[in-house]
Amino acid sequence: MKDFSKRSFRSDEEFDELCFEFGLELDEITSEKDIISREQGDQKASEASDVVLYKIDVPANRYDLLCLEGLVRGLQVFKDKMEAPRYSRVNPLNGDPQRLIITGETASVRPHAVAAVLRNITFTPERYDSFIELQEKLHQNICRRRTLVAIGTHDLDTISGPFTYTAKAPDDIRFKPLNQNQEYSATQLMGFYKTDSHLRHYLHIIEDEPLYPVIYDSNGIVLSMPPIINGDHSKISVNTKNVFIECTATDLTKAKIVLDMIVTMFSEHCDQPFTVEEAEVVYPDGRMVTYPELAYRTETLSADYINSKVGINETAESIAQLLTRMCLKSEVTSDGAEIQVEIPPTRSDVIHACDIMEDAAMAYGFNNITRTTPRTYTVANQFPLNKLTELLRLDLATAGFTEALTFALCSQEDIADKLQKNLKDTKAVHISNPKTAEFQVARTTLLPGLLKTLAANRKMPLPLKLFEISDVVLRDESTDVGARNSRRLCAVYYNKTPGFEVIHGLLDRVMQLLEVKPGRNHGYYIQAAEDSTYFPGRCAEIFSHGKSIGRLGVLHPDVINSFELTMPCSALDIDIEPFL
Amino acid sequence: MRYTKLEVGFLNMADTGILESLLRLVDKVDGGIDSQVVASSLGVDHQVVVGAVKSVQALGEVIEAEQRSSKHWELTGEGQEIAEQGSHEARVFKAIPEEGLSQSQLMKLPSGKVGFSKAMSNKWIHLDKGHEGGPRVFRMVESIEDVVRKKLQQVQMGHSSQLEEKEKNELKKRKLLTEVTVKSYWITKGSNFSTIITKQETELTPEMIASGSWKEKKFKPYNFDAMGVAPDSGHLHPLMKVRTQFRQIFLEMGFTEMPTNNFIESSFWNFDSLFQPQQHPARDQHDTFFLSDPAVAHDFPQDYLERVKKVHSEGGYGSQGYKYDWKIEEAQKNILRTHTTAVSARMLYKLAQQEEFTPVKYFSIDRVFRNETLDATHLAEFHQIEGVVADYGLTLGDLMGVLHQFFTKLGITKLRFKPAYNPYTEPSMEVFSYHKGLNKWVEVGNSGVFRPEMLLPMGLPEGVSVIAWGLSLERPTMIKYGINNIRELVGHKVNLQMVYDSPVCRLDS
Repeated sequence: MKDFSKRSFRSDEEFDELCFEFGLELDEITSEKDIISREQGDQKASEASDVVLYKIDVPANRYDLLCLEGLVRGLQVFKDKMEAPRYSRVNPLNGDPQRLIITGETASVRPHAVAAVLRNITFTPERYDSFIELQEKLHQNICRRRTLVAIGTHDLDTISGPFTYTAKAPDDIRFKPLNQNQEYSATQLMGFYKTDSHLRHYLHIIEDEPLYPVIYDSNGIVLSMPPIINGDHSKISVNTKNVFIECTATDLTKAKIVLDMIVTMFSEHCDQPFTVEEAEVVYPDGRMVTYPELAYRTETLSADYINSKVGINETAESIAQLLTRMCLKSEVTSDGAEIQVEIPPTRSDVIHACDIMEDAAMAYGFNNITRTTPRTYTVANQFPLNKLTELLRLDLATAGFTEALTFALCSQEDIADKLQKNLKDTKAVHISNPKTAEFQVARTTLLPGLLKTLAANRKMPLPLKLFEISDVVLRDESTDVGARNSRRLCAVYYNKTPGFEVIHGLLDRVMQLLEVKPGRNHGYYIQAAEDSTYFPGRCAEIFSHGKSIGRLGVLHPDVINSFELTMPCSALDIDIEPFL
Repeated sequence: MRYTKLEVGFLNMADTGILESLLRLVDKVDGGIDSQVVASSLGVDHQVVVGAVKSVQALGEVIEAEQRSSKHWELTGEGQEIAEQGSHEARVFKAIPEEGLSQSQLMKLPSGKVGFSKAMSNKWIHLDKGHEGGPRVFRMVESIEDVVRKKLQQVQMGHSSQLEEKEKNELKKRKLLTEVTVKSYWITKGSNFSTIITKQETELTPEMIASGSWKEKKFKPYNFDAMGVAPDSGHLHPLMKVRTQFRQIFLEMGFTEMPTNNFIESSFWNFDSLFQPQQHPARDQHDTFFLSDPAVAHDFPQDYLERVKKVHSEGGYGSQGYKYDWKIEEAQKNILRTHTTAVSARMLYKLAQQEEFTPVKYFSIDRVFRNETLDATHLAEFHQIEGVVADYGLTLGDLMGVLHQFFTKLGITKLRFKPAYNPYTEPSMEVFSYHKGLNKWVEVGNSGVFRPEMLLPMGLPEGVSVIAWGLSLERPTMIKYGINNIRELVGHKVNLQMVYDSPVCRLDS
């Protein structure tokens, strides 16, 4: 949520338009008062602020737009109101850089760490809130709920380096965690946070590890126990002047991006704006790396590349200007043929020339691009199985049956117990993470879906005649994924009499449509079969060209009961793929 | 049949005699007559007259009948008995001979008890208590006038209006009269009035055609306000009707249908081949259905898999890559496909294996699965519509042009495009159309140009661009048929009546 109350737009529409152009979604214009009154009633809202809030959705890869500082900077550069700042890493004014030493024990649990210092920063309550909020948003997004990266920010004036990032047995770690009054061991803390609505979601990341990550200062004070909680000792406040930032990670690339993101966004509030004090990270092998990287990368591309991909015809100069408005500072090379584009550390999303091309198109305005028709000449073909399906569907409806549309996922019970089959014999594929029983397996037959449709429509006038032509899924070792779809035709007849002759007549009609004549050798025939889904002596197997293609019959009374039906019911269930 | 059935029934009930008597009565009066009056003057039950009115009405504009309701006094059972046999007191009076009657004998008479006290208070009789042989009753007057009976007879003859309200209420109190509401007809002459009934035929018969007798016959008019009889019929499901139309649109535009009959997909083809990083939230347990059996896929094109691994973990083809530790174990995990784009990836890979590249236009409409939180507009499975064009030199302008043509066929002509993010397309655009009803721009689809990191490892030539777009089948169908809850459209809980009643689908109108 962004508070733009201090900025003025001529109208909300104008701001909405700007957001749309820039790829943002202005979700809602509201206020704290509105939100509280909506969620908790008018009474509680009476004291709340009615400053206008703009709720904006930001594209998932634009971490540089996640906080007010970055969003305003991005939009101002886009609107030519300011130039994109240049972020730089500087040495400390006095003494040596802060140092974070990584010990070998971290290797098994969380091996990476990066660090930086924001020196002489001035927080206000708004800036401070934004700083905390950005960390939380990064934790949820790029940090993948702290699994990949965890951020710790500390009041540097309360601790003294060098800092040590190590891993210890949970019982050997003791400290006073953020906003608590007493010391706990790490083991106690894990129990303590089990009921914490926020922190309990992160416990699993290290819970079963023999060693927990922990960062100490030179006096043995715990800065943090990533990725769970910081120490209370070094906590920052609105009055903090110097911030030590550490990011521990299982993914170093993401840790670097996260650190760059925090320092580029908030160095704006330092005495020397957009400068970041470096910190040294020493690896177990003695290697030393200086952070933050704040790397600028240059890509060279031609105007022709942009023009031909977007479908516009702009000069190199004009394209360079477009890109500069997207915080991608660009210049035309001296020979005028190419454009040099500088990608700042804030734009980690730019990983290929096509990302630059998109930014040029955005700055040009998607809706200013001429819509053209490609000259691609092709002849259309239907997928034969779908073509056959479409034709049969029409003829089944013509034969008086109504099309049902049922779910491909269902419960184990639907395809086994309720049909009086053994689950092991179904060849069903099983889902490992269903939220409810409705999604345990992919269906192996269309019959349960049709019977459930009948059950939901018991009050309709009889007879009910339904069909569906759709896919079921069966295990099949011969495919790369070990399963395949099979296209089935299933029909049911539900009435006061079983109507075997009706469903048999439908089979005859389908065979007629498929140009298969009755007959033993080169035609189709049905033959008595045992099938526990059907009433004994009332089930037949269907053979076409000598191969079994399915069954028809009167359903077993227990099957009828298990689907909460009350009338006799006959069914036809065949595979139509042999008829391609 | 329903056009004439009712009238046939009435004709049989009311014979022509009643009909003609009715018509003669109507002919005699000016300005109309009440059916109640008709009934009393013909001396028949009112229901018979009502039947006759309906029968005559069925003959055309012979009469007009306007329904009315009126209050009306009627005799109770006891009242009728009195009208016939006289009031109890009168009967008591008559029973007493010149020489009187002993009280005990009088009391044995049917009207004895009620009649005695009433006759006493009328001073028609007196009681000699001291008479020898017990109390004895004697007439006091020579003759009496039985007013009660007379009043009831008046009511019986339909002249209740001649009685005072007070009188009627008194008789009501004695349970001899009751007030009833009567529905009757006010009958007037119609434009085709006649006092003679010509019998009308209900339907043309083969015999009439053969004999030519239809020429002389009059036919009863049809009631065209009645509904016809629904034909015995099967029905196609509305969502499938819309699917057929979308298929038709793609085929008209020269797009070839992709084989999407594989719900189970490996994470490799569903995500990795599309340059969707392994830590992407869409690959979470919360969003995707994973399989426990068969849990993993095998048989990937090995050198292609190596190229995919490299572009994710190290980059290449002009890309920085995502720079993470790409794991085959993640790629092997079987899932229920989350989009049909997995099939597009397989098709584009296959295309890249051709000796020489040929341009293609592909489409598909099929089921996809998401392990999402369900609500009124989200189910765990839905149909995705997807279009893909691969050719040399396709531009973003081409994508917008194709989308314009596609949506024009859906009757949507006002489009605009918003930059968006999608891991496998760059640029990515959300497609918005102006909704006149809602008076705002609404998202109708997603689109983009596939990333080089997806296409180049497949082996597609460098200059080939692939543009694509997608939308759901359910959403436009819900809008088209005015359905707010997706469960009323898809799945076993749908009301079959909705399926029976759904109209044809013309997306552009």
